[in-house]
Amino acid sequence: MSASTLLRPAGEAAPDAARRPGRRPGRLRRRVVENLTAYGFLCAALVCFALFSWYPIVRGVLLAFQQVNFITDPEWVGFENFERLFADPLFWDAWGNTLLFTGLALVFGFFVPFLIAVLLNELRHAEGYFRLVVYLPVMLPPVVAALLWKWFYDPGPGLFNSLLRVVGIDGPRWLDDSTTSLLSLVLVATWSNLGSATLIYLAALQTIPGELYEAAELDGANVVQRLRHVTIPQTRFVLLVLLLLQVVATMQIFTEPYIMTGGGPDDSTVTVLLLLYRYAFVYNDFGTASALSTLLLVFLSVFSFAYLRITRRADA
Amino acid sequence: MSDRPVRTLFSGSRTGVGYKIVFITTIVVFTAVFVLPFLWLVLGAMKPAVELAKVPVTVLPETWNPGNYAEAWQLMDLGKYFLNTVFVVAGAWVVQILFDVPAAYALSKLRPVFGNGVLVAMLITLMLPPSTLLVPMYLTITDVPIVGVNLVNNPAAIWLPAAANAFNIYLLKRFFDQIPTELLDAARMDGAGAVTVLWRVVLPMARPILAVVSILAVVAAWKDFIWPLLVFSDPALQTLSVALQRFAPDTPINLLLAGLVLAALPMIAVFLVFQRHILAGLTAGSVKG
Repeated sequence: MSASTLLRPAGEAAPDAARRPGRRPGRLRRRVVENLTAYGFLCAALVCFALFSWYPIVRGVLLAFQQVNFITDPEWVGFENFERLFADPLFWDAWGNTLLFTGLALVFGFFVPFLIAVLLNELRHAEGYFRLVVYLPVMLPPVVAALLWKWFYDPGPGLFNSLLRVVGIDGPRWLDDSTTSLLSLVLVATWSNLGSATLIYLAALQTIPGELYEAAELDGANVVQRLRHVTIPQTRFVLLVLLLLQVVATMQIFTEPYIMTGGGPDDSTVTVLLLLYRYAFVYNDFGTASALSTLLLVFLSVFSFAYLRITRRADA
Repeated sequence: MSDRPVRTLFSGSRTGVGYKIVFITTIVVFTAVFVLPFLWLVLGAMKPAVELAKVPVTVLPETWNPGNYAEAWQLMDLGKYFLNTVFVVAGAWVVQILFDVPAAYALSKLRPVFGNGVLVAMLITLMLPPSTLLVPMYLTITDVPIVGVNLVNNPAAIWLPAAANAFNIYLLKRFFDQIPTELLDAARMDGAGAVTVLWRVVLPMARPILAVVSILAVVAAWKDFIWPLLVFSDPALQTLSVALQRFAPDTPINLLLAGLVLAALPMIAVFLVFQRHILAGLTAGSVKG
């Protein structure tokens, strides 16, 4: 909303309106032409949004209550898709795995980048090098990272167990063991993504005025107290925003389990999105798949709206 | 960085032994965690397959086979998939710039009726996790409403949805908002139409934001996996990521590793060249300090 048109003092608008003798066709015509021009500029993007964003959003929710087979018209089935979903034991496993994955990913992917950023902010040498290498994995296509780490995880000649063997430890079976498989996926995802969070935190840390630390130190605050009472409060907004974004992103984990484990062993890495993929593109059951994506959408909307409220408040 | 405040969390000197120990440890750990995996990959790709299966592993190849790269290129026909990927990525980039720049300009400077409604409707899509739209999106491209065409195996199925990117619109509009309206009015007084103003006045000023949007578009399109996996059922049309995971189960490990190196190189190169823009794009939108 344009503040200038809304907040124009009434006294300015009034004489202009008074001068206008009723309706002047020239003015109206100009308004029409201007609007047509504007929508001419907008139309290509509008068509894309309408066909590939707005329409699918509505259709996705409708599909959750339909059954489609591509031969006859979609059939309304009420809550049948949801019932089928709730009866599938894998549905509960998938949510359990995904929530566990998200929890673990937060432990690693949320706290570690912050600590790294705090550390990097203290160093006065090779800053460019640190920023470069921490972001390198982010540039890797996820498929490449997943296939690379699958090779690292090989219990025999893989990199990790080879390193562990050097120090005399018999390494775990990583992806092949249902107790370590999910954690293994968390490690890849963290390695691939923590660069962006780290650099965002670093940028936030660099905006903290040095005087705050100086004042805290004069008041006798030690390092832990300065971290608690200066660093964290000053970066609270960024921390909160990234926390929410990270939950939304990690709940949608797909590429790593799809490529590295296929959901196994013993369904220990079946995630919500992997199950959704199976329903839709393996069983061609688009209705049940849509019921699942609608549930995920509702669940993640909570975080999205929290994000919206927080960023809105900061904008105001 | 020159604008960095001198005082940070720790007040100790940056010349003492303690600082040196921390600094050197950090360098070693960072190199081990973020650089070594790449080195290990590049070296592994030059070992013979037999050597890769041996325990204990060799650090440097006993037999150097740099020819693995050429062999992998031929065996997996990587040239074809590179071209497919470049075609898909370039198209996604062009469409995003071509569609989103005029749209953001219209919303920022031409301000038509319902402009704000349109903007809000676009921004709301940012709140929706993209993967929850996979199924309806897929059904949409199999039979696009109104026009009734099937876009499966058609790169347009990647390009057109890519243009429905509210984050682009947001970044561009926010930049255009900062361009003084008087400047555009002056150009219009001189008889320039809306297209001329966009082309001659706005775009030359918008180069930094165009760079950010372009790089975000290219990197996202190159990294994308699940959507191209669904769109390209025809193996001959697939992008590099999709093809690599298809080849992975039955390709000799050393050649697969060589393939991974080749697939990663363009993105690493883009990063090294455009590092500044990429990191600017990272902090551009969602987060402020």
